[in-house]
This record gives sequence, structure tokens and C-alpha cells, in this order.
Amino acid sequence: MRADVVVIGAGIIGAACARALAREGRRVVVVDRGAPAGATTARGEGNLLVSDKAPGPELDLALEAAATWPGLAAELAAELGDAFPSIEYERKGGIVVALTEAGAAPLRAFARSQAAVGVEAADLSAAEALALEPHLNPDLTAAVHYPQDAQVQPVVAAEALLASARRAGARVVQGDAVLGALRDDAGRISGVRTAAGRITADHVVVAAGPWSGSVAASLGADIPVRPRRGTVLVTARMRQRVFHKVYDGDYFGATQSADAALQTSSVVESTPGGTVLIGSSRQQIGFDDRLDVAVLAEVARKALRLFPFLETTPVIRSYGGFRPYMPDHLPVIGEDHRHPGLWYATGHEGAGIGLAGVTGALLCAQLAGTAPALDPAPFRLSRPSLAPHLEAP
Amino acid sequence: MTRVLVIGAGPAGLAAAAAAADAGARVTLLDSGDGLGGQYWRHLPPQRPSRREARLHHGWKHFQHLQARVRDRVEVITEAQVWAIETAGGTTARVLIGPSDAAGRESRRLTADAVVLAPGAHDRTLPFPGWHLPGVYSAGAAQALAKGERIRVGRKVVVAGAGPFLLPVAQSLTGAGATVLGVYEAARLPAIARGWLPRPQRLLRTAHKGRELAGYAFHHLSRRVPYRLGRAVVEARGDGRVEEAVIARLDADWAPIPGTERTVAADAVCVSHGFTPRLELPIAAGCAIGPDRFVQVDADQRTSVPGVYAAGEITGIGGVDAALVEGRIAGHRAAGGDPAALAGDRRLRRATTDLARRIEAAHGIRPGWTSWLRDDTVVCRCEEVPYGRLRDTAAATGQSALRSVKLTTRAGLGICQARMCGRTVEELTGASTGDPCDTSDRRPLAAPIRLGDLAELATAPNGDSA
Repeated sequence: MRADVVVIGAGIIGAACARALAREGRRVVVVDRGAPAGATTARGEGNLLVSDKAPGPELDLALEAAATWPGLAAELAAELGDAFPSIEYERKGGIVVALTEAGAAPLRAFARSQAAVGVEAADLSAAEALALEPHLNPDLTAAVHYPQDAQVQPVVAAEALLASARRAGARVVQGDAVLGALRDDAGRISGVRTAAGRITADHVVVAAGPWSGSVAASLGADIPVRPRRGTVLVTARMRQRVFHKVYDGDYFGATQSADAALQTSSVVESTPGGTVLIGSSRQQIGFDDRLDVAVLAEVARKALRLFPFLETTPVIRSYGGFRPYMPDHLPVIGEDHRHPGLWYATGHEGAGIGLAGVTGALLCAQLAGTAPALDPAPFRLSRPSLAPHLEAP
Repeated sequence: MTRVLVIGAGPAGLAAAAAAADAGARVTLLDSGDGLGGQYWRHLPPQRPSRREARLHHGWKHFQHLQARVRDRVEVITEAQVWAIETAGGTTARVLIGPSDAAGRESRRLTADAVVLAPGAHDRTLPFPGWHLPGVYSAGAAQALAKGERIRVGRKVVVAGAGPFLLPVAQSLTGAGATVLGVYEAARLPAIARGWLPRPQRLLRTAHKGRELAGYAFHHLSRRVPYRLGRAVVEARGDGRVEEAVIARLDADWAPIPGTERTVAADAVCVSHGFTPRLELPIAAGCAIGPDRFVQVDADQRTSVPGVYAAGEITGIGGVDAALVEGRIAGHRAAGGDPAALAGDRRLRRATTDLARRIEAAHGIRPGWTSWLRDDTVVCRCEEVPYGRLRDTAAATGQSALRSVKLTTRAGLGICQARMCGRTVEELTGASTGDPCDTSDRRPLAAPIRLGDLAELATAPNGDSA
């Protein structure tokens, strides 16, 4: 099989890259060892958040994503028509709540720092917060409204991006594992060897989420991406009583921390299906997917602090997934400086759904040599913060 | 002393608990219902005893005997819902004890040296137009109401579907005072013959089941209940509730033969097309599941997980005799009993395995049934997903991975967690994961749990052991 670009991984990041590249006229083959949108993409909540990000490159990326998702959602809907399910894009806004005296000032300070770089963040009084979320714990000590926070149904979004990529000529090969790299006489990567055969290509993009490390290793490269487990609870359907994405302030501590031990903080939101999603935990326990009741219990306990009415609500499902975690908390979007022709789009941890579209665009611009929407330097594998984690070239 | 935890107190679990106690183990027996006996020996609650149970149930004496054997020697916990199994550091069952919807259920964490899983099966109903109407029941639900509450689901009842289970259902309905207009079996005579006729001497080894089936046949003959092969209810009709059933003849693949439809006035329709094993607990425990979607066990009923045994319908739909013998073997071996004592039971078990194969060969679901669906036939009732949308969405996304099909259509995401529609959705979309442990049978939360009950576990002490 012959392609201009092989994308390894048919999750939402691979789908977005494939779509961007195919619409530029490149011949794209997406290859996945399993089924599209079946792993990390299917195990998340569908967050498009600016609220949880401190000023810096990831927030820049998130602001660009927040600005471009409405257009992307409209494009996909127009292109795929009514037969395709809705990606359920909704700019519902987030409300971050502090429930302790100690948590109030840091939350407000964090919001001010975000507002300084263009995030819409509005300090709410307790009464204003309760007007927006009448069932919220009234004992809150601070609340900030982030109207740019949005959500999307991640599996439908990934399938939509993939369907759009196919319409632009991309081929999707599922159930075929990449085993190694093809290299030309000069040693430059020139495609991949898979279980089913060979795919020659000028560029290979690794978008295999938390498995990107082992895929890179099979291609003779390395990237310090590790799995970080997250667990989400789903309630039975109910009359809508949660109207935004509602978090407690601990969320920041958890995303910014490298601590391997269990961390939880509450994220509570309703879905169009009528269920309430409750997340989420973060654990570095390798690819261990065994159920741990203690984790579920901790997630539940914190959710009840935010919304005491949930106490009698039945949880009908829990799901856990592995998010691609980078030691410096930034995704990698760009070429491997040590292996020309080998590219990465991975390491988004829990933000990959929201950042998928902008990731595809940024990767495509670098690969095509066109002007990117924002500076790609902070997302390159060659950035200084990753140097201690990389093998010498 | 060896500690054995038995989950499920139907025939398999009861037999396992009794055998484990006989072999000297300290046994805890759990069941989510309010009494022992499971679906098979479902009966009126002890506060309202009935002298008729013996006439309504096959093997009632056997049940009473088993019950007596476990009563004094086994810790029996009813209304015990195992909602999760943890596998880190051995198999641990998380249990909530109390009425299923009540607040403040007692939470326990049970471990043991060996665990016997005997959760049984639930009956499976293929969707058809109108099956969501009030008055349409799964045959298992209708039977449970008749046996457990003496409630008849209707005055004039049609029983349809596939498998020998339809016969006792019809008998239970008659016993509860309903008139059964007919029993409509989807399998046609050649399939029935293929399943049931070869090697009759083997069938005779499961003498109890043979007598039971003969008893039903006699019952139906004597009451002139028509038993028709190669027929199915292809539609239920009515204004707000079922008023009539449309019955059609089927070809060998279970596709309705056009022009053969006829209408029967009925106020209840009871339909089941076989059984789905309850696999969430064995999957949560890490047990290997075979390509036939049953728990894989060896001659000692051991699963692939050390210390975890399986008995009854989760190892194959073999009926009560299979469940009893598998339970005896599992309980005996889980307790560390001498394998030499099992020679007779092992022979019997081979014969019951034969019975399970016969049922599948004669009554197994054939692919033609999908042609009685219409675009607006609801497939997933919890999330109200019609067949047309399921098919079109699967086609639009251009692929058929189960997780994606569920998340893009919402089929199987509702309160029953795909217990009702999971396998149907898999079959209609061709969706599979290629991994028998990662299917619609996988439910890490095996039962709903209130958020408040879950949150309490964050601070509760560590519980106890069986």
C-alpha cells in the first residue's frame, strides 16, 4: 500500500490529523490495531476546557480550540448530513467551585491569571453561582464561571472526523497492528510494516495515545508518554439538574501534578442522554485496568460535596481509560528531531478530545510547511523540558 | 477450615453450597433474591407458604432437601447484591445487603479461599414490532410472576419463542389461572429432530430432565394447548396495550414466510428465545470466556482464575440437571474435597453437556429473524433506539466496533446496561470486539449502586471475609 502519510491510531487525534492532511490533498492511510475510537477516545468525558489550564502553551492551544470548535462542528454537520449522529457540541460553560476557605483565594487568583491572557472568567457570588446551578452545595466559598468551556460526544466526534477524512480520500485500516518501520537507504523512515503487509509513505504520524511509546519503540524511536488511568461514573437518567460542567478547585492540583498516587477531584455534568457523568480520578498504575472500588468511592465522595442531591442517585456504569501522560504536561505535536519523517500527535492526557481539531491543524501546517495558527515550538519533542526524558540521538 | 463463598442460590449454587459444607468447608451463600431456589424454584415468600408448590415445581422435594442441608450449616445471606468484584490480591466480592432499592443497605466485602460463581441466566427476547406494548412479557418474567406471586399476566395468553423453557412457562401460566392459547416454537421439525433424536440413550441419562419434559408434554396434551413448530409472534398489536398477536410460519432460518400471518386475540404475549448467561461477575473476576460466550471450566468446574469455580447456566445452558451436578462438583472441589468421590457426577455432567448441545442445535437463534423487524421497531428499550436508526448510524460511521456502535446510537447504555438488548445489538450491527471478555456482557459495575452508598466506602473500614 502506498500513501503520502500513514497515521497510526484511529482515535480522535489520529482522525483529526487524517482529516486535516487528506483535505490538503495528501494520500492518507490510517491504521489501527483495533477499531476506531475504541480506546482512550471512548473512555473520556468529551471535555473542551480552558478553565483547567494555567497560562502557557497548552492554554494557548485550548483557546485556539475553543475558537475553532464551533466552525469545525458546523462543517462536520453540513458535510455528513442528518444520517450522521450529532457530535453534541455544546458550549455549556464551566463553573469551578471552591468549597473551603483555603481554596477560595487560589481559585480567584488562578482565574485572574487566566483572564490576563484572554480567558473569559467571571467571578461569581454564591447567589450568582446558585442562580446558574440551583442544586449546587450552598456552602461554596468561591465560584468562577468559564463560558468558553464546552463539551462534545467524543466517539461521535472521532467518527465524524474519520468519516470526513474518508470523504477527502483517506483510507482507514482497522484491526492491523504496526510492527516496525520501513527505512530507505539513507535510514530515513519510509513507511511502516504491519501485520497485514507494508505501507510505504513519506511521513509516519504516531497518534496512538498512551500506546504511542510502544509504537514509537517499534519504529526505533522513543517518546516518554505514559498511561495515566482515569475513572468515570455514569448515573441513571434523570431530570436535568446540573447545567454546566461543574468542578471543584482540586481539579487543578490533580492535572498539574506528577504524583503517581491516586488523585481525584470532582467534575460533574449532565449529558444530552440524560445521564450525569462524574469524574474523575488520575492514577499512574501502568495499563492496569482492574476495578478498584476505593477509587470509585473517592470520586463519588467528592461529587457529593458539590451536589449533595446526588446521594440517592444510582450509578449504573463506571468506565476507566488510559490517558497519554507527558512528564512536562504538554502534548507533542511535531516531527521527531532525531528521526526525520516520523511525527507525533499525542500526549494530551485528558485534554485530547478538546484539542483534537487544533492538533490536526498544527501538525498538518508543520508537515506542509504552511503558516501555523500558533507557534509549534512548545509542542515539539525537542523542547528543553523533555530533554531529560529522551534517549540521546 | 477452608472458606468457600458461593454467589447465587439457584440449583447450581445451592448444590455447590451443600457439597462444600459436606466436604467440611465453612460456606457463605449469597443470593440477590429474598429466598433460595433461584428462578427455577422461585416460590411464594415464606410468610405466605403454599401447599401447591410441590405440584407447581419439578424437583420440589429435591429443593427442600437442599434447603434443609444448607440451612443449619451454611451462612445464607439473601437480598445480597454483588455489585462489584475486585481482583487485586485475590477475588473479593463487594456486596450490598438489603431490599434492592432501599437506602442504607449494609455494605460488606467478602473474600474466601475459593469462590463458586453460580449467577445463572436471564431469558432473552428478540425484538418484534409491538413488543414494547404493555401486556408483552418475557416468558421468564411471566413465569416469575406466576410462581413467585401467583399473578397471571393475562386471561388469554400466547406463549412464543424457542426452546424447551416455553413448556414450563405455559404450565406455570395455566397454574396461575390463565388460558394458554398456544405455544409457538420457532424451530421447525427438522431442527428439533436434529437436536433431540440422535443418540437417545444419552438423553435418557439425564433422566430427570426427560421426565420433566415428558410431564409438560402430557400436561399440554391433556389441556389441549396447541404446540406449534416453526412459528413466531412477528407483531403484537393493540391500542395502548396488547390486544392481538400476529403469528407467522417461519422458514428454516426463522424468516417469516409471507402470506402465512394470522391474528390471534390475546391480552398477554410471553416471548423468550433462549437464555443469556449472566457473565458480568465471571468477567469481572477475570475468568476466561470461550468463543461460545460461556465461562470456560475444566472437569472440576475450575475457571481460568485460581480459586474461582463456575457452575450452572454461565457454563452452558443445560437446565436444572446440569446446574445441580456442576454445583455439586464445584462445591466439592472448592472445599478441597477428594476428586475420587466425583466419578458418578462426572459421568452425569458429560450427559448434561450433551443436553446443552441438543438445545442449541434444535432451538438456537437463526439469523432470519431480523426480517420481522421494521425500521421503527425499538431494539434498545431503555434508550428507545429503533432498528432503523441503529442500522443507519452503524452504516454512516462505516464501521462496526461495539463500543462505537453503543456510544454513537446509545443502544445498550440505559438502566439495564444492555442485559436486554446487548446481544441483539451485536448481531444486528455485526459489531464485535474480537474479545469474548470485552462485549456487552462486560459490566464492571454488576448492579446499580447509590452514589451515597458508594461514597461511604471511601471512609468505611475494610469489611470482613466469608
